[in-house]
Amino acid sequence: MGQIVLNQVRKSFGDVEVIPPLDLTINDGEFCVFVGPSGCGKSTLLRLIAGLEDVTSGEISIDGQPATELPPAKRGLAMVFQSYALYPHMSVRKNIAFPLRMAGLPKDEIEKRVTNAASVLNLTDYLDRRPGQLSGGQRQRVAIGRAIVREPAAFLFDEPLSNLDAALRVGMRLEISELHKRLSTTMIYVTHDQVEAMTMADKIVVLRAGNIEQVGSPLELYKAPRNTFVAGFIGSPKMNLFQGSEAAELGADTIGIRPEHIDVSQTQGQWTGRVGVSEHLGSDTFIHVHDTGLTDTITVRAAGEVDFKHGDTIYLTPRADQIHKFDAQGLRI
Amino acid sequence: MATQHSRTAARIMMAPAVTLLLGWMLVPLIMTLYFSFKKYLPLRGGDLGWVGFDNYVRFVSSSAFWPSVTATLIIVGGVLVITICFGVLLAILLDQPMWGQGIVRILIIAPFFVMPTVSSLVWKNMFMDPNYGLLSHLWEFFGAEPVQWMSQAALPSIIIIVSWQWLPFATLILLTAIQSLDSEQLEASEMDGASTLRRFWHIILPHLSRAITVVLLIQTIFLLSIFAEIFVTTGGAFGSKTLSYLIFQRVLESQNVGLGSAGGVYAIILANIVAIFLMRIVGKNLDN
Amino acid sequence: MARAVSSRRKSINTAVAWGIGFIIFFPILWTILTSFKTEGQAIADPPIFLFFDWTLENYSIVQERSDYMRFLWNSVIIAGGSTLLGIIVAVPAAWSMAFVPSKRTKDILMWMLSTKMLPAVGVLYPIYLLFIELGLLDSVFGLVIVLMLINLPIIIWMLYTYFKEIPGEILEAARMDGASLKSEILYVLTPMAIPGIASTILLNVILAWNEAFWTLNLTAAKAGPLTAFIASYSSPEGLFYAKLSAASTMAIAPILILGWFSQKQLVRGLTFGAVK
Repeated sequence: MGQIVLNQVRKSFGDVEVIPPLDLTINDGEFCVFVGPSGCGKSTLLRLIAGLEDVTSGEISIDGQPATELPPAKRGLAMVFQSYALYPHMSVRKNIAFPLRMAGLPKDEIEKRVTNAASVLNLTDYLDRRPGQLSGGQRQRVAIGRAIVREPAAFLFDEPLSNLDAALRVGMRLEISELHKRLSTTMIYVTHDQVEAMTMADKIVVLRAGNIEQVGSPLELYKAPRNTFVAGFIGSPKMNLFQGSEAAELGADTIGIRPEHIDVSQTQGQWTGRVGVSEHLGSDTFIHVHDTGLTDTITVRAAGEVDFKHGDTIYLTPRADQIHKFDAQGLRI
Repeated sequence: MATQHSRTAARIMMAPAVTLLLGWMLVPLIMTLYFSFKKYLPLRGGDLGWVGFDNYVRFVSSSAFWPSVTATLIIVGGVLVITICFGVLLAILLDQPMWGQGIVRILIIAPFFVMPTVSSLVWKNMFMDPNYGLLSHLWEFFGAEPVQWMSQAALPSIIIIVSWQWLPFATLILLTAIQSLDSEQLEASEMDGASTLRRFWHIILPHLSRAITVVLLIQTIFLLSIFAEIFVTTGGAFGSKTLSYLIFQRVLESQNVGLGSAGGVYAIILANIVAIFLMRIVGKNLDN
Repeated sequence: MARAVSSRRKSINTAVAWGIGFIIFFPILWTILTSFKTEGQAIADPPIFLFFDWTLENYSIVQERSDYMRFLWNSVIIAGGSTLLGIIVAVPAAWSMAFVPSKRTKDILMWMLSTKMLPAVGVLYPIYLLFIELGLLDSVFGLVIVLMLINLPIIIWMLYTYFKEIPGEILEAARMDGASLKSEILYVLTPMAIPGIASTILLNVILAWNEAFWTLNLTAAKAGPLTAFIASYSSPEGLFYAKLSAASTMAIAPILILGWFSQKQLVRGLTFGAVK
């Protein structure tokens, strides 16, 4: 129903090639997240799928039908914008009803769908308000409601949570995931926040400078990053990556170890260093260790509370089976 | 946001406006150019053939030409000086805290919205008339001989009328610019011990320089072609004939179309020179 | 400046400002007052200000004598018609320039503005000739067309600036919602741009109402608007100040009222964005 295939899709703005030829398949019902740093082309890619930008070359097909030449209105997709893009002069009801009105549905059908969407999203009490009178989270839901009623082949989300405060973000993340479970519709979600990516996605597409660095499930990306970029991007705090003699000993140019895979001790260990800043979260402590001789700072995660003070000597032991090896090109060995 | 569809649509949607303005600009312009190279006197023989640049030469060598240039320079210059100097002062005044600022603004803005024929006639008759005008009453009150405004001081009269009309425009623009001046800059300079005059000279005036330039250019363009004020007051007599008015007379009154058209081409070139400067500023702003 | 200013300073400012405002406004005030006087009172020396027997006779004389209503009606149609026509042409053009800009958009916009700077005398005769050929001389329709053309650059410019303030994403959302171009402009853009469109209409009606070159040269007895009507008082017979005042007051009153509301639009529309 909602399978989207990109075939050698390329996008240039004038002379600048923003997205080199790219292939990607998004399966029906999948929650697929495009993630990457600013300027990596994830939003552009989304807009190409939506039809808001033309591809420079390549094909896009939706459900096996060619869609490259179709205008956005005819692709059967719905988009939730970062700024929600609600119609300020219309009530919530009219906002949600708008796409149905454009499709020429009969009034009672429109009424039914709008009421349905409103109840799913807890908007029933706000139907007659204007967007200006709603909070950020409510506006979010209206934007989602407007997308739901169209019963599209796929939902496109363009960094929908960036404008919300942290607490709201966590709640909305869950709501969107719930929605996905309930509707089983394909969702393509763009974000720069790797936590959102990891927690929500069935499939993650990591992008850098328009190139797909890796495609896989969250766990795959976590356990087996294909290159140093993905390794450093996925996981928070970032994986410790360093070169040098330790790496050469293991037959690699660069090795990486995640903070949570290093054991700490006050007395003995494979590496030693001096404690810098410690971040106490209660459930974990993140210790930044200097002067290890390996790299500037090694970040270590210790469970619970640990008794290390600034300037203390600390011993670190990486878990051997969790060391990632990369060659001179940054590719996984 | 550019897709093939929207780009094609955009082109179609611009077409009417572009076509109309293109036609409006080109058609009369080409005709004026055409006439300027002919000897064409509709009332005295009609089309009398090509005369090359004859009209252009005759226009500038006619005895009325240099006086009209002088008149134009005096009027435009005079109005610019008055409106900008007083405009700056008024703008600063209006920026001060006071009661009833809204009403004062209405009072000061009003002249701009009075149609030129009304303001000209009201000034000419009810103020400047040597027998019955208020100004003559005022002059007599102080024991002086009333000024024969229109006949003896035509240029100053016109300058007064036009300045009165355009002062609101300059004031409004400059007031907008002043209000965009970050108050922190002024406060910082105050703390640095700058006197009011110094603050004015070193901070406010430079900030206003951009706005003053814009006012200058825009007003110049419109002032070069003032018409109604001269038409209903002096009819171009007593030395009040500006370049535009001279052209108008040649074309519509004496119906020497060829000569007038050549004059028109001069006027267009002149206006374009000013416009280029203005457009450069506009262009810079559009890049933002 | 959110400091407390001394009452004294505020009073001085107020006095000076009101004083200057009064002086500047005085000619208008005087005209309005004189319109209610008799001709004899109008030229009285020393001048009479407020204390006289107010009369409406001038208004009725002016209305009867010179078919004032026709001139008024012409002004209304010419100002309103040219502005409305201008809006119809300008909205699509401003839409394209604001939402689908291309490399040439800026140049085209500047070119359009530059057509406004064409000195009217330079094209007077050709237009005059064309009007005679097309039978448009002394016709309201002809004047509507001309005034539309001279104000079109300003209308397009102002609409462009107002449209640019509308977030493009909202129009994109409409497109994703299945709206055709017509629907997008009709149901989404226009309602959001109503304040801007209203402001544009306001300023341009004022500019067209006050236009005093084409309205004086292309009209005679039939199509003259109020500008021409007043111009006819330039060579009068006998005492006429009070009547002139009445005629003037009637001619400028509507615009003075509208003008008060359009100060901001004035800055936006006539400085072409060069001043914020």
